[in-house]
Amino acid sequence: MATAVGTVGQATQPSKIWSWMTTVDHKKIASLYGITGFTFFLIGGIEALLVRTQLAVPQGNVIDADLYNQLFSTHALTMIFLAIMPLGASFFNYFIPLHIGARDVAFPRLNMLGYWMYLSGGLLLTLSFFFGGAPDGGWFGYAPLSTETYSPGRNMDFYTVSLLILGTSSLIASLNFIVTIINMRAPGMTMMRLPVYMWMTLVVSFLLVLSLPVVTVGMIQLYFDRNFGTNFFLPAEGGDPLLWQHIFWIFGHPEVYVLILPSMGIVSEVIPVMSRKPLFGYAAIVFAGAAIGVLGFGVWSHHMFTTGLGTVPQVVFSASTMAIGIPTGIKIFNWLGTMYGGNIRFNTAMYFAVGFIALFTIGGISGVMHASPAVDTQHQDTYFVVAHIHYVLFGGAIMGIFSGIYFWFPKMTGRFLGESLGKLSFWVIFVGMNATFFPMHFLGISGMPRRIYTYEEGMGWDTWNMVATIGSYILAFGVLLFVINFFKSMRQPQTAGDNPWNAPTLEWATSSPPPEHNFDVVPEVHDRDPLWYNRDHGIELPARPEHLHIHMPPPSYYPMILAGGVLLIGLGLLAHLGVAVAGALVVIYSVWGWALEPTD
Amino acid sequence: MAAAHEVQHHTSTGVDNRKLLMWVFLASECLFFGTLISTYLIFKGESLVPPRPEDVLDIPLTSASTFVLLMSSLTMVLAVYGAQHGRIGMMKGMLLCTVLLGLGFLGFQVYEFMHFVHEGLSLSTNQFGASFYVLTGFHGFHVGIGVLYLTSLLIGSMRRHGLGRDRDLWVDTAGLYWHFVDIVWIVIFTIIYLMPH
Repeated sequence: MATAVGTVGQATQPSKIWSWMTTVDHKKIASLYGITGFTFFLIGGIEALLVRTQLAVPQGNVIDADLYNQLFSTHALTMIFLAIMPLGASFFNYFIPLHIGARDVAFPRLNMLGYWMYLSGGLLLTLSFFFGGAPDGGWFGYAPLSTETYSPGRNMDFYTVSLLILGTSSLIASLNFIVTIINMRAPGMTMMRLPVYMWMTLVVSFLLVLSLPVVTVGMIQLYFDRNFGTNFFLPAEGGDPLLWQHIFWIFGHPEVYVLILPSMGIVSEVIPVMSRKPLFGYAAIVFAGAAIGVLGFGVWSHHMFTTGLGTVPQVVFSASTMAIGIPTGIKIFNWLGTMYGGNIRFNTAMYFAVGFIALFTIGGISGVMHASPAVDTQHQDTYFVVAHIHYVLFGGAIMGIFSGIYFWFPKMTGRFLGESLGKLSFWVIFVGMNATFFPMHFLGISGMPRRIYTYEEGMGWDTWNMVATIGSYILAFGVLLFVINFFKSMRQPQTAGDNPWNAPTLEWATSSPPPEHNFDVVPEVHDRDPLWYNRDHGIELPARPEHLHIHMPPPSYYPMILAGGVLLIGLGLLAHLGVAVAGALVVIYSVWGWALEPTD
Repeated sequence: MAAAHEVQHHTSTGVDNRKLLMWVFLASECLFFGTLISTYLIFKGESLVPPRPEDVLDIPLTSASTFVLLMSSLTMVLAVYGAQHGRIGMMKGMLLCTVLLGLGFLGFQVYEFMHFVHEGLSLSTNQFGASFYVLTGFHGFHVGIGVLYLTSLLIGSMRRHGLGRDRDLWVDTAGLYWHFVDIVWIVIFTIIYLMPH
């Protein structure tokens, strides 16, 4: 009898995997986002390597045209929706509560729901390679190419369904982040004392909340066109292909800022700390970020200059596109101004931050070139645009994310990432990145179109294509060095201490890694750089009370079940509507269970 | 969607987290319906084949269903009043009325859709059919979600402890959603039915 009781007692102890699957701790969810996002980053990288291998020499025959189309489309979708955005969400999750002085996000279970839906959408998108073919119409899915007439397979249905799931996941996460930042700040943490990173998070979340519903409608319309016989985008039946382009880019351009603003926020935290002086022009950089967010909704038609919009729209969108360069330029001057006269520590985090500024500036300049419709017409659909987006997304977003990883790794794990291997990986990535993407400027100018799976000899494109392919392998090697550094560093002892960089923001006021409840006592904030203010004014952090009475939300498996229901709906939309009905019932059941679940 | 958090009762803005979540979500919904309505307007008068709006739309009938939905907003207001002033019977009764009026609106919509299909208008007939059905269909879907939402609150309020100490917040937040769906219908009704074809 006693044995039986003992067994029951053990069975109620949740296993380690189960505790991760049902966790609602924002730091654990951040780790899940981070690991999953980095895995998809590697998958997207492999897709890119296959594309580059095919293009290394003229008349390459590594992969056929059909697979090539799937690979370049899925590469873009993977990098945007499954790698950069989730890696951003990983940092958001980890540092929103720590930066604002809260114990968790406003809705811990919604937070986990966002992760599960991201994982479902990501798996659906990636596994489509094995179930009838991955999306093959580009990440923009231009209609009518993406309609049933020209893309009869399941490929573009995987595109619409997985993007609907991923979009809902991002929407849920963004709503949660907005409420958390606005509503759960520590005493004294006014909006204008928020770290710049929090401001960029807030702008990104608003961009997503306001742009995702637009593309959701687009995906629904495309799905209806393909499956239910509507003709939204088929010109022969009275539809309008330009409607798709407008809908897509009203989402698509804010999305570009969704990808870059988090990295701008990260370097705005790294550079002051490593320059050992406060950020130069805090208000300017905050308002510039907000201005980018607002203007970001008014520039979408510069993606459509060659569609014949007419003179007036071209002038308007040309002007708004040039205007958005101004707040971007302000930020760059702020970072340079912060470094100027500073006592700079050049460690790996700073290497990546400075690399970010340099490479993002190149991408920004080639971007503002396209504000001119005349120039844009020359560059449309050439490799010049591929060079531009990769300078912004790799040179910008990914370099910023690496900077953040090196900067916050001590906080997240209590360990430092190896510096010498880190600097080596920086230089390999930096060289590989430029070798891959800079030649694409030349290729584009000399007329090489994007998205072609091969090209003829003697077009003058052979050399630079070979250089770009070699560069991509160097780049991949650099990322491999980072992965090695990660695993090597995880075996080191936890020597980082609470505040190894002597940084000013609240996350450094707690232990590394932080306890589940983040702060023993919620700190009071007196200044924009709270820890530096406390140091300069001799304010000690309140001592840990003898008995902690902190109630944290219990784990929940409802987010997982609800996301499973959503995945069933998605599969039903691809296979049989009966499955979707079953999925809807699961969703209703789990919403009820969720609402009735005791949380106190 | 309870925020399991100690801070929920004293937030930085004074607005409860759940209510703020609903407000921001409704901002997102504005863009959702805005895109659907824009699609309808872009395709207005672009149908290549009949039936066109003037051939099938029945303004008196839809005015009646619009009246039903408007009345449901009134009963929703009364339900919120009951929840806030501790008049639980009134809250339950008015929630029930709102649910029934919502179902009545959906009944009108089902009848209207069936009638239009009978007249030869389907999703694939022309641009009017596609944009009309998708716009009003997704609005009806939102009404349906609202009916489920309010029914859940009604069932919850019948339990021994009712809706608990956050009763007024639960009903108030559901009211925000319900009024939003109602307001969207006013816009849709004006644009599709009342504006000259």
